[in-house]
Amino acid sequence: MDLGLNEQQELLKNAAREFLENECPESHVREMEEDERGYSPVLWGQMAEQGWQGLLIPEQYGGVGFDFLDLTVLLEEIGRALVPGPYMSTVLGGAVPIIEGGSEDQKKEFLPKIASGELIFTLALTEPSARFDEQGVQCAATVSGNDVTLNGTKLFVSDANVADYMVVAARTGKGVTLAIVAKDQPGVTVTSIQTIARDKQCEVVLKDAKGQLLGAEGAGWAILEPVIQKYTVAEAAYLVGLAQMDFEIAVDYAKERVQFGRPIGSFQAIQHKCADMVTDVDGSRFITYKAAWCIASGQPAADTQMAVNMAKAWTSESTRRVVAHGQQIHGGIGFTKDYKIQLFYRRQKRAELAFGDADHHRELVAQQLGI
Amino acid sequence: MEFTFTPEEERFRHELRTFLAAQLPADWSERDFLGDVSRDEQRGVDDAVTRALADKGWLALPWAKQFGGLGAGHVQQAIYTEETAYTRMPGGGGAGVASVGPSIQRFGTRAQQEQYLPRTAAGLDRWCTLTVEDDAGSDVAAMQTRAVRDGDEYVISGAKTWVSGAERATYGLLAARTDAKAAPQDGISTIIVPMDAAGVTVRPLDTLAGERDLSEVVFEDVRVPVQNVVGRENAGWYQMQTASDLERSGVGVISTAKANIERLVEAARDDDSLIARNPSARYELADRWIEIQVGFNVSYRVPHLQAQGQQPDQEAYEAKLYGSELTQRVANTGMHLLGLAAQAGPGGRYAKLAGAFSREYLRATAATVAGGTSEIQRNLIAQRGLGLPRD
Ligand SMILES: Cc1cc2nc3c(=O)[nH]c(=O)nc-3n(C[C@H](O)[C@H](O)[C@H](O)COP(=O)(O)OP(=O)(O)OC[C@H]3O[C@@H](n4cnc5c(N)ncnc54)[C@H](O)[C@@H]3O)c2cc1C
Repeated sequence: MDLGLNEQQELLKNAAREFLENECPESHVREMEEDERGYSPVLWGQMAEQGWQGLLIPEQYGGVGFDFLDLTVLLEEIGRALVPGPYMSTVLGGAVPIIEGGSEDQKKEFLPKIASGELIFTLALTEPSARFDEQGVQCAATVSGNDVTLNGTKLFVSDANVADYMVVAARTGKGVTLAIVAKDQPGVTVTSIQTIARDKQCEVVLKDAKGQLLGAEGAGWAILEPVIQKYTVAEAAYLVGLAQMDFEIAVDYAKERVQFGRPIGSFQAIQHKCADMVTDVDGSRFITYKAAWCIASGQPAADTQMAVNMAKAWTSESTRRVVAHGQQIHGGIGFTKDYKIQLFYRRQKRAELAFGDADHHRELVAQQLGI
Repeated sequence: MEFTFTPEEERFRHELRTFLAAQLPADWSERDFLGDVSRDEQRGVDDAVTRALADKGWLALPWAKQFGGLGAGHVQQAIYTEETAYTRMPGGGGAGVASVGPSIQRFGTRAQQEQYLPRTAAGLDRWCTLTVEDDAGSDVAAMQTRAVRDGDEYVISGAKTWVSGAERATYGLLAARTDAKAAPQDGISTIIVPMDAAGVTVRPLDTLAGERDLSEVVFEDVRVPVQNVVGRENAGWYQMQTASDLERSGVGVISTAKANIERLVEAARDDDSLIARNPSARYELADRWIEIQVGFNVSYRVPHLQAQGQQPDQEAYEAKLYGSELTQRVANTGMHLLGLAAQAGPGGRYAKLAGAFSREYLRATAATVAGGTSEIQRNLIAQRGLGLPRD
């Protein structure tokens, strides 16, 4: 058993941390909350230069060819810095489905441009029913050869406002079918939804929108299953990084803030909160790594599925406990927009809900336990 | 033991409900909860309700008759808190009636009583309390705002924060350091400051949930006559501690919690997506409902004991602690039940319950901080209530 990072992962982590501390400070996160696009093309380009968008993409398609555990390490850093923008949307929602289900031509066409930062993708999965399962996909599709025509509404689609393409999950008589859909066409209307995280989640209305088939008609859910697994673990990894940083900020504050002539961190009431926070963060990290390891090392399907559901069920709630403590330790200042801790509190909620909250995954764990 | 109210109390509750139904716009509590009320409308309703309360003699309900009140009993005061919170009534007497007026009644000079109390009971003056500072939150006695005597005047300099209602207040009751050399608790005085005095600046705070009425108040060489000190100079800290007779049931937040859970229960009846696919949600709503009943009992114990002439300090800390943590559980339940759409902000088409719970979720973070943090309440229960040694 070795729960540590390997040398390559350590390097990736350290480089990412240093880069993001410089390029994605708190001021950038705040700026992007007000920005219509919600991301900085300059930062996006720098990330591509370091190979981040192409981390999972095989070298033959212009990527770096790292594995999913490596990506998990990077996502932790992205969560830590609250990096705004379409990174997860593009990598998990674009590159991964194409790697899983794309034709050779599609891989050649899209993957190098994703790796180079030229293209932004997103996954349009959820609908007004807000479900993450197969039944939730009701958007209508008709297929003719390689062409797909789509009608329906997709909801809470991250970064659709800036995406060049969307991977849309829709339904034909043969079942769930995926299509790669260019956003800039008359049949696609994108509207941003105001959210607690002030990120860019969108409503996407498809009216006779045109796309190309991704995988075979009716094979969409089979392609999506590993995509959803990875996306779910990615959200958990983001939460781990976010919670780690929230915890560090709170501990620093507890050391600095003086009341009653002593640092508030000297009160056991505060110490216990800090101890609970780090216990939750560490617990979350390793159950997330375990799920990522299952995926990366190709563990048996049943074990992997269980690990993924457990990781998201746990981190969804444990990180909520962490950020609630973070607020409480800050007292009144945590309730002002001036201080940074609230940025973490608000973003935790997005990732907690993304790809299923704790209940969704608990239900799947219970099913796998046979109860 | 008797878990009912007296006929007079029931009559009062009924009369108050009738009054609120007549005074508030029909859909007020719903729209206010959903954030669908403009600032101007809020002020308009606030003014009208405040005036109507004053006309009925209800604005200063708890005050003695000689000061313009009705001398209402503690249970009756708690009923007032419960009903006005449930309907989200704006306006009312605020800090002027709840704490400043009683302080002037108890410690003020006759001239102060005559000058300030009738106007406050009539709703003509509004007050804010100026107490907490950036570096003196839980440790309020560490305050640094100074009032230095200069002839017949105090010259005040410093800054207070987390002031409710400062923008509309005509007066503030300021706690300031009048003896820099004394021990922290022994050098504080409470002083009446007209909010339009030269050198007073009110700066609204930018809060997480977009609250409208919290401010920072800065004092730059503000001059007020020495007659404005309430009670004895340097005795302010001890005067501030004598709050035990005030309405402190904490039932307002329990009542708000009840209204919010009722909203969720109703939504769950209408929209089975909220619970049909989630069996734990039913139990969660049932839990919150039970907790609300626990809260009502814990809260009403406070006025019950006060009515018997006791000083229920520990009981009041318990009620505060319990109520503010319940507020957070209710907000979490709302977010939990409403699912993905819960994160959508107020007003959006896809925001379940119009996104009100997303704001509630942010606002609830302050429940365990404002008015004394949960940690401080626990310390008070353990140390002052149970007599456990301090660490
Ligand atoms: C929305 C809102 C409304 C408010 N309204 C008012 C108002 O109307 N009037 C008013 O006067 N004030 C008001 N306040 C201020 C409030 O009373 C203070 O924020 C509160 O007392 C805490 O002080 P602080 O923010 O400085 O936190 P701090 O005192 O710095 O506390 C930080 C953390 O340390 C903990 N801590 C501090 N001392 C101890 C201890 N001895 N033992 C264990 N833990 C400790 C706290 O519990 C907290 O978790 C309001 C605050 C908010 C957020």
